[in-house]
Parts: sequence; structure tokens; C-alpha cells
Amino acid sequence: MLRAAVGIGLYAGAFGASFGAVAVGTGLSVAQTMVLSLVLFSGASQFAFVGVATAGGSPWAAVPAALLLGVRNAFYGVALARTLESRGLRRLVTAHFVIDETTAMALGQDSARAKRYAYWATGLILFALWQAGSLAGAVVGTAVDPADFGLDAAAPAVFLALLWPSLRMVEARWVALSGAAVAVVLIPHVPAGVPVVAAAAVAAVAGLGRGRGSDSVRSTAAAPIDPATTTCSQEAR
Amino acid sequence: MTALWAALVVAAVGSYVLKLAGLSLPESVLNHPRVQRVASLLPVAMLSALVLVQLVDGGGRYRLDWTTLAGVLAAVVALLLGRGLLLVFGVAIAMTALLRLVS
Repeated sequence: MLRAAVGIGLYAGAFGASFGAVAVGTGLSVAQTMVLSLVLFSGASQFAFVGVATAGGSPWAAVPAALLLGVRNAFYGVALARTLESRGLRRLVTAHFVIDETTAMALGQDSARAKRYAYWATGLILFALWQAGSLAGAVVGTAVDPADFGLDAAAPAVFLALLWPSLRMVEARWVALSGAAVAVVLIPHVPAGVPVVAAAAVAAVAGLGRGRGSDSVRSTAAAPIDPATTTCSQEAR
Repeated sequence: MTALWAALVVAAVGSYVLKLAGLSLPESVLNHPRVQRVASLLPVAMLSALVLVQLVDGGGRYRLDWTTLAGVLAAVVALLLGRGLLLVFGVAIAMTALLRLVS
């Protein structure tokens, strides 16, 4: 698990470097770049902010673009809330690391304890390397293009790998397929960020519409002895 | 403070508030069985949507780079063979980088 977290951190570091290089290359100062990485800390939102803010119009146009991409983190928070059990002041710290990668790593673990460990390990390692990468990219600039190393294939491959164990269940497969289909159909029609959030509606329909659950929790023959993943363990309670 | 700085701070703080909002639903709501069921399905629906969006979204238009697709398909093969995250990651970027090098 820790190796996987380090691996994700390293790839985030490479993306952080490309973010830093792009941000400074399009006119942000190093300080502005680092405030985005440290405080906004959500890759897709950061790229969107820089892209819109430096496109020539008012920088305020970048705010909704960045926040639309951040809405999905609110939904991730709902999914993680019970597992992370963070209250009071601690929640203020926990919230900062609610992003795609930490949610996906937590999703892939079986017990609540392992989910918490995955969340924090991934969150802290990724945060550190994201900052290091951003700073390096901002200072050094575009010395290398991440696309040359095939890194743009890394993100979908990594998220697919993290999602994979959950897809053992028939219901989860349908939810995954439907969610992906809804998002893909919406891409040309709505602003960036909305397609992924719209997929949440599929989870809502599947979760609210079907009260039973026990018959939809059947594992496939490929993994007969695997412990329950998220959906199973939630429904088994 | 320039407009760029102001917009930047608003976006950063707003993004944090969104993260905090999701974690801050009252426990009575979170403990509701229906909410739990939806919550458990949310990451599956949204992350699978994210995978496809990352693959085919070219800024509000469909754009599929065949070398990226080949990398992700190689990752699927590695996953079907039961390989772990790091190998899947390595296979994906190696396949895509190699195809870009030769094409």
C-alpha cells in the first residue's frame, strides 16, 4: 500500500512540475503558483484556473472554472466522511486532502483502518511531492514535456487500477459504466468539471432506487475469497 | 492586491470550503442507510467517469489520442492479469512513451 502511495506521489510530482512550468510560463509568479499548489491543492482545478486566468480576460472568470472542478471533492467528502471520522479542528486538516487520488486509494482498501491509512499516506506523500514538483517546475520551467514520457496515460491507468477491486461486484460495474457513460455524453455540452459531478447522479439513483442490495453484492468467480470492498462492506453492515 | 491575486485566493479558499463541506454533513444524515449506500457508490461512479473524461476530453470536445488509449489498454491487460498498481502504471506510460517515440 505504501509503495503504491509513493508511486502515486511520484507521478503527482511529475504532474506538479508540469503545473509549475505551465503556470509560470503563462504569466503567474512563483508565489502565485505555490499558493495554488499549497492552498487550492487540486490538480485539475489548478490547471483550469491558470488556463482561464491567463487567457486574456478577467482573472475572475477562472474562479468558477476552478470551483466547478472542485465540486467533485465535496462528493468525495461525503463518501469518506464516515471512514475518516474526523471531528472538530482535526476535520479542518483532514479536509485539505480530499482529492481524486486519496479517495481512490481509500476506495481500494478493505477495512476502515486500512482506508484511513491509505488516505493519510497518499494525502501526505502526494502533498509533499506535489509542492516539490510545482516549485521545481515553476523555477526550472518546461525543460521536459511530461507527454514525452507517456505520463498523460498514467492518470486514467492509475485511477482505473484503484477502481478495479470495486468492480468485482455486479452493481458497482453497472454504476461505473453508467457514470462513465453519463460523463462522456455530457463532455461537449457542459463546462469542465460538470461531467464527473453528473456521474454522482448515477450513484444516487442506484443507491436510493434499490433498497435490497444483497442480491447485487455477488462477487464474481474470479475473486471468491476476497474480503468485501466498499460497497459490500457498507451493505453487509 | 491585484485582481489576479484576489481571484486566486478566492478560488483556493473556495476549493477548500468545498472539500470541507462534504466531510461536514451531520452524522444523522451520514448514518442514514440510504445515504450510506449512495456514499459508497459515489467514488465508483465518479472515478470511472474521471477515467473516461481524462481519456477522451480534449477541452469540451471529444479527442482520443491513440497512443494514450494504447497505454490505458495495456494497463487493462495488466489489471486482468492481476498485477498491482505500480506495474500497471509502468506498463501504461511505457507503452504510450514507446509508441510516441516510434510514431
